[in-house]
Amino acid sequence: MIWQALTLQLGYNAALVALGSAALGIAAGAVGGFLYLRKRSLVSDAISHATLPGLALAFMVMVALGGEGRFLPGLMLGSALSAGIGLWLVGRMTARTRLPQDAAIGAILSTFFGAGIVLLTIVQTMQAGRQAGLEGFLLGSTAGMLRADALIIAAGGAAVLAAVLALRRPLLMVAFDEGYAQVNGIGVARMDAALMALVLAVTVVGLKIVGLILIVALLIIPAVAARFWSERALHVVMLSGLFGGLAGYGGAALSATAPALPTGPIVVLLGFALFAVSLLVAPSRGLLAAALRHRRLQSRVHLRQGLLALSRGEPVYEAMTRRMLRRAGLTRPDGQPTEAGRAETARIRLDEARWQALRRSDTLTDLSSRDDGLTLIDSVLTADQLAALDTTLAPRGAT
Amino acid sequence: MGFEFVALSLPPMVIGTLAAIACALPGNFLLLRRQSLIGDAISHVVLPGIVVAFLLTGVISTLPMMLGAAGAALVAVLAIEAIRRFGRVEPGAAMGVVFTAMFAGGVLLLEQSDTSSVHLDVEHALYGNLESLIWLDAVGWASLVDPSALSLLPPELFRMAGVTVLVAAVVALFWRPFVLATFDEGFARSLGLPTGLIGLAIATLAALAAVAAFDAVGSIIVIAMFICPPAAARMMTDRLGAQVAWSLGFATLSAVLGYVMAGYGPLWLGRTDAVSAAGMIATVSGAVLLLATLLGPHRKHP
Repeated sequence: MIWQALTLQLGYNAALVALGSAALGIAAGAVGGFLYLRKRSLVSDAISHATLPGLALAFMVMVALGGEGRFLPGLMLGSALSAGIGLWLVGRMTARTRLPQDAAIGAILSTFFGAGIVLLTIVQTMQAGRQAGLEGFLLGSTAGMLRADALIIAAGGAAVLAAVLALRRPLLMVAFDEGYAQVNGIGVARMDAALMALVLAVTVVGLKIVGLILIVALLIIPAVAARFWSERALHVVMLSGLFGGLAGYGGAALSATAPALPTGPIVVLLGFALFAVSLLVAPSRGLLAAALRHRRLQSRVHLRQGLLALSRGEPVYEAMTRRMLRRAGLTRPDGQPTEAGRAETARIRLDEARWQALRRSDTLTDLSSRDDGLTLIDSVLTADQLAALDTTLAPRGAT
Repeated sequence: MGFEFVALSLPPMVIGTLAAIACALPGNFLLLRRQSLIGDAISHVVLPGIVVAFLLTGVISTLPMMLGAAGAALVAVLAIEAIRRFGRVEPGAAMGVVFTAMFAGGVLLLEQSDTSSVHLDVEHALYGNLESLIWLDAVGWASLVDPSALSLLPPELFRMAGVTVLVAAVVALFWRPFVLATFDEGFARSLGLPTGLIGLAIATLAALAAVAAFDAVGSIIVIAMFICPPAAARMMTDRLGAQVAWSLGFATLSAVLGYVMAGYGPLWLGRTDAVSAAGMIATVSGAVLLLATLLGPHRKHP
């Protein structure tokens, strides 16, 4: 069943929804990548919650005009309008009053959502039966989706994706370096507005599938996950799109296999799984890599300090250092250095003596800042410099 | 009028007001510390908490659910902090990752488990059920002085009142350290105040208010009351003491006016069914904020 779902064999509608959801996921991931690089991730939370009043109002208007209240393009238009107003208000509040952006986001989010709920309760008391389904926009549902709706979502996802591709260069430049973009004749404010329009488009297209409470996750989680893998803006955005696409496709396909698997939460949890894997195993930024790095540094420090103590003929008191020296085959069980240990000890001792000589020297003393207690002097000086330094060592004999 | 009002409208109105006050109070500090969205995050993660509590105990009862909610809030705070610190992710995004994922997990658990026999669903979690907190034993205003009738008030009222008093007492008791740590963390630290601990205390207070209010009135009121009344109050004054007073006034106004408009507004407009009180209270608080941002004497950047 799951395999069939993932290979699009559960019927034409389910396949259409899965493909549309994949396109939406890619677009959301990429847009979210730009949003994250611009540090505006949570604005999308305000936008998505602000769609609800427009959604309900559009339904009421369409019913009042004698049409079908659930006509998806009409609902999308209404939600886009009210989300646009919410977005505009967040901008105005942040610019014109002394409220910080997070407060403006929270205020718009809660007020619009509250108003939407009020309108929703009015819708529920209109002609019973016909409104069934508006609640589906809260958490998303693809069960029993109309063919026309599935087509609209697939086309919408593709359209947003095309818009992202078309705008990728200026968006990338602004995300990478505002000043540089300005010099290249790109209006930063205009590109930010375009980015917000894309966020709005993703939200409106995703309402039916992922739902307005969770669509924000599709804009945030893939981007945060992608950021772990790369330091380059373009790669982050591309990878974020890939993650979003995987989550969108997998979520829509899986939820088609059982009625109790709502699409939105599955999409979000798949995205979160990708994030968790990235957090753990990404090279350089991931937790495992960080732990390994820490471990390597730790062992270098302990070995060096242990060897220094041995070179002075002192016993090693630190239990961990003793263990590490033993494991590296540098000491015997009784704590005395082995053959290899004695060679290492001599090397470290020479290194230490050379650093001291460097500090006393007239020409090389500037380099003493490179002595962090771990760096070997051979990696700092040339062979000639070392030889010159060694001549100053000789007369002092054993220290 | 007397009987109906006392039995059907007074208790939810009082509970709504208490919830609004309990949330607005710590909201003032969160606003100034730029942590306003904590309320948003907490109210989302409460859902998996109560679902897990329900699955473990098999019953809908307040104590395990409050514990579950508090546990979930704690998990969320730790997860956000861990992702922020170990993953070097900016705080807003770390919060977005955690609360959406936990909310999604809660919804999925809820859909997968058999909760059809009990009153536990996503809608309830979102907009509560303020209208159902009625006092059927009241016979009129006289019931307010009748101990036997009073003891049958909805239990949410006593819980909410207790939490509100607790929150107010903590804020009053630690007023100076809270204010100092909020306005000038460096100065507060130089005075020897444990600023990290104070930040944690404020967040805990917010979580306590959110969990208690969530149980009674749903998350929309929680999110709105953490932000809108304090933000509106910020437009009215430069002094924190006055700001807190304004915010409590705005919170009370929103709760009472919102409840009245939801319960009676549609009737005045000739409709028969009331609308969501939680949604209307949030809407009114937003309208109050809108007026304050347009007219408040201290609305501009200083």
